[in-house]
Amino acid sequence: MADMSLKKTPVAEQDPKVRARNFDEVTLGYTAEQAMQEAERCLNCKNRPCMQGCPVGVRIPEFIEKVREGDFAAAYDIIKSTNSLPAVCGRVCPQENQCEGKCVRGIKGEPVGIGRLERFCADYMADKQVQTEKPEPNGHKAAVIGAGPSGLTCAGDLAKLGYDVTVFEAFHTAGGVLSYGIPEFRLPKAIVAAEVENLKKAGVKIMTDMVIGKVFSIDELYDKGYEAVFIGSGAGLPRFMGIEGETLVGVYSANEYLTRINLMKAYKDDHPTPIKNSRSVAVVGGGNVAMDAARSAMRLGAEHVYIVYRRSMEELPARREEVNHAVEEGVEFLTLRNPKAVIGDDEGRVRALECIEMKLGEPDESGRRKPEAVEGSEFELECDTVIMALGTSPNPMLRATTPGLDTDRRGCLVVDENEMTTKDGVFAGGDAVTGAATVILAMGAGKKAAQSIDAYIKGKE
Amino acid sequence: MFRIVRKERLNQAVVLFEIEAPFIAAKARAGQFVIVRANEQGERVPFTIADYDAERGTITIIIQVIGGTTMELDRLGVGDCIKDVAGPLGVATEYGDAKRVAVVGGGVGCAIAYPQAKELTKLGAEVDMIAGFRNKDIIILENEMRAVSKELHICTDDGSYGTKGFVTDKLEELFNLGKKFDLVIAIGPVIMMKFICAVTKKYGIKTIVSLNPIMIDGTGMCGCCRVTVGGKVRYACVEGPDFDGHQVDFDELIRRNGAYKEHEKDHVCRLTGGVRNG
Ligand SMILES: Cc1cc2nc3c(=O)[nH]c(=O)nc-3n(C[C@H](O)[C@H](O)[C@H](O)COP(=O)(O)OP(=O)(O)OC[C@H]3O[C@@H](n4cnc5c(N)ncnc54)[C@H](O)[C@@H]3O)c2cc1C
Ligand code: SF4
Ligand code: FES
Repeated sequence: MADMSLKKTPVAEQDPKVRARNFDEVTLGYTAEQAMQEAERCLNCKNRPCMQGCPVGVRIPEFIEKVREGDFAAAYDIIKSTNSLPAVCGRVCPQENQCEGKCVRGIKGEPVGIGRLERFCADYMADKQVQTEKPEPNGHKAAVIGAGPSGLTCAGDLAKLGYDVTVFEAFHTAGGVLSYGIPEFRLPKAIVAAEVENLKKAGVKIMTDMVIGKVFSIDELYDKGYEAVFIGSGAGLPRFMGIEGETLVGVYSANEYLTRINLMKAYKDDHPTPIKNSRSVAVVGGGNVAMDAARSAMRLGAEHVYIVYRRSMEELPARREEVNHAVEEGVEFLTLRNPKAVIGDDEGRVRALECIEMKLGEPDESGRRKPEAVEGSEFELECDTVIMALGTSPNPMLRATTPGLDTDRRGCLVVDENEMTTKDGVFAGGDAVTGAATVILAMGAGKKAAQSIDAYIKGKE
Repeated sequence: MFRIVRKERLNQAVVLFEIEAPFIAAKARAGQFVIVRANEQGERVPFTIADYDAERGTITIIIQVIGGTTMELDRLGVGDCIKDVAGPLGVATEYGDAKRVAVVGGGVGCAIAYPQAKELTKLGAEVDMIAGFRNKDIIILENEMRAVSKELHICTDDGSYGTKGFVTDKLEELFNLGKKFDLVIAIGPVIMMKFICAVTKKYGIKTIVSLNPIMIDGTGMCGCCRVTVGGKVRYACVEGPDFDGHQVDFDELIRRNGAYKEHEKDHVCRLTGGVRNG
């Protein structure tokens, strides 16, 4: 008989007061006993609704069954057979909208803690990895642009099929947003590095410092013998508001701020990359990226960190869990406020953010109530740092250097149902196609593209 | 890993590195840059490509050793490897159909002004160079510059070599002598480029400057390198580093380049010395 308690087995977290000032992981993960206990809550439903919520089709009830039996290695193998980055997904997937959102236990009470169980299995096996054997080479070469989750997944799947795969990454480190965007306290970089190592062991070659479009064009990759190309180049350039004062010293994009911290480790003394020592930080935006930037600023020692968002708490697009974490850590939410200008001092440094109060009017096309400015309600929010977390627009570099590669109105790459772009043999997926989305959707696209590339190359034989 | 095949000290504080980077060497053009990381912990710092040789598979960067990354690099010698070199980044310089060009370099900026003069001469333009240094002891690349220019004017602040005075004075003097140029290229400390542009604007001569904002990725991803040109925000790493000097907000660039001056002393030099390292 299943454990019918309405709540998930609780998981240990660092105390908010302590964690708000360190970069260690917030959520500590299940012990073996806790995992087995949580697994008891699964009803092993015949129609497996949870699986339909998973973009890479993890066989959820099957792996949970193995956890229940205490056979963690078998559970891990089941996950790994369809998800190449379980330690990452267990931590950063928005499970509430995916598997857990579909779990029948969620109808009355909390769903099964699928994400926590996935993470447990991956962490349990982290130091017990068996040598992955390399498959027989099939004599074909494929190139992948970008070592984010979409590119890595595509490369991993192609390598499994025997392809000679090279991933070209612009940065000095693989991982994409997993390395430079998502903070250490949510996704330790050692975990990302370990997943990348696993892929290398499986035969994937990764060439860093390679900015495709500059050092090689896509057409030149063909000249070098690659028979197909996958583009997983990510979401692109950060947006700014276009208001006065955005080039003052102390205004960052969230991308820059997070890259300095996560990739360049500006918070560590032995890493020379600098970052501002802020006293008071205003983060503009209400998504997950804004939460990550705000919580990072907190950890760097700011006295005040504000989220400035033009709608109300209910409309915040960030995951509820992330908002709660931010609140617990002392981030202050200034909702229904919108920036009008960044104000500088005599030396061109940020002194304040001029904001105006907003009220919610009629719902717009998206169904969300449209924020309207309250006339005459301007005020100055004192701060020395402003971080813009307003989303991204696609990087034109590859499009501009690749004839035949079409993009849509927003600049995102156009693909067909097989993830093929408008250029023959060039496939794409992840944020470069969808605009900023999620790790798991990027992985799903990479996976599908790998199958399409295989069919494409085999079809030419 | 990128192996150093030649290291030469051009003056006390300026060092040339020729580095094995065959893919970059095959693609590089004058005006482009690379992003370098000296070691595993290192910062990402942009350096303009001072020379490239596709056949040898090497590129050359010339750096002023002022602390931080540049000191780390200076510890390396021939046969050692630089951890990361990514490029060629940015847009190559577009000369249009300029026939008479004045190339102005300041301090270590001459290391990048020189290949511009070389390229222009190769393209058949007539080039005069003006090179400014604080004093005689720190003059670099004199023979090389002379070889690629019709006239080379060296200025020193203290008059210990060449003409005493600033490059701006020299340029204005040439204008007053009736010299005609259809393009000026100015590369050096921001403050020098600013004053050169003030002169050329007065005479209505198109001026290209090569900007050196702080950068991280160099691919347009972070926005750290934004500069205001003609009232619009531009990303120097992908749209530059060259811009129309008459449109650039130099004061803003000076302030932004000083963003971390309390963090690292060497950034002070970015304002005053001929520093071109981001
Ligand atoms: C701060 C932040 C927090 C997030 N948190 C979450 C979360 O909790 N959960 C979640 O599911 N999603 C989250 N996301 C979204 C998620 O990270 C992305 O949707 C996902 O990483 C997209 O994967 P990708 O492979 O398409 O691109 P990316 O991860 O962006 O990787 C693209 C890679 O391509 C490289 N590249 C780009 N251009 C070139 C070129 N020309 N040549 C060579 N290489 C190139 C880039 O350097 C980069 O490494 C977050 C995003 C951010 C920014
Ligand atoms: S829906 Fe929930 S209870 Fe049913 S099999 Fe999936 S995880 Fe178990
Ligand atoms: S250096 Fe990051 S956008 Fe230019």
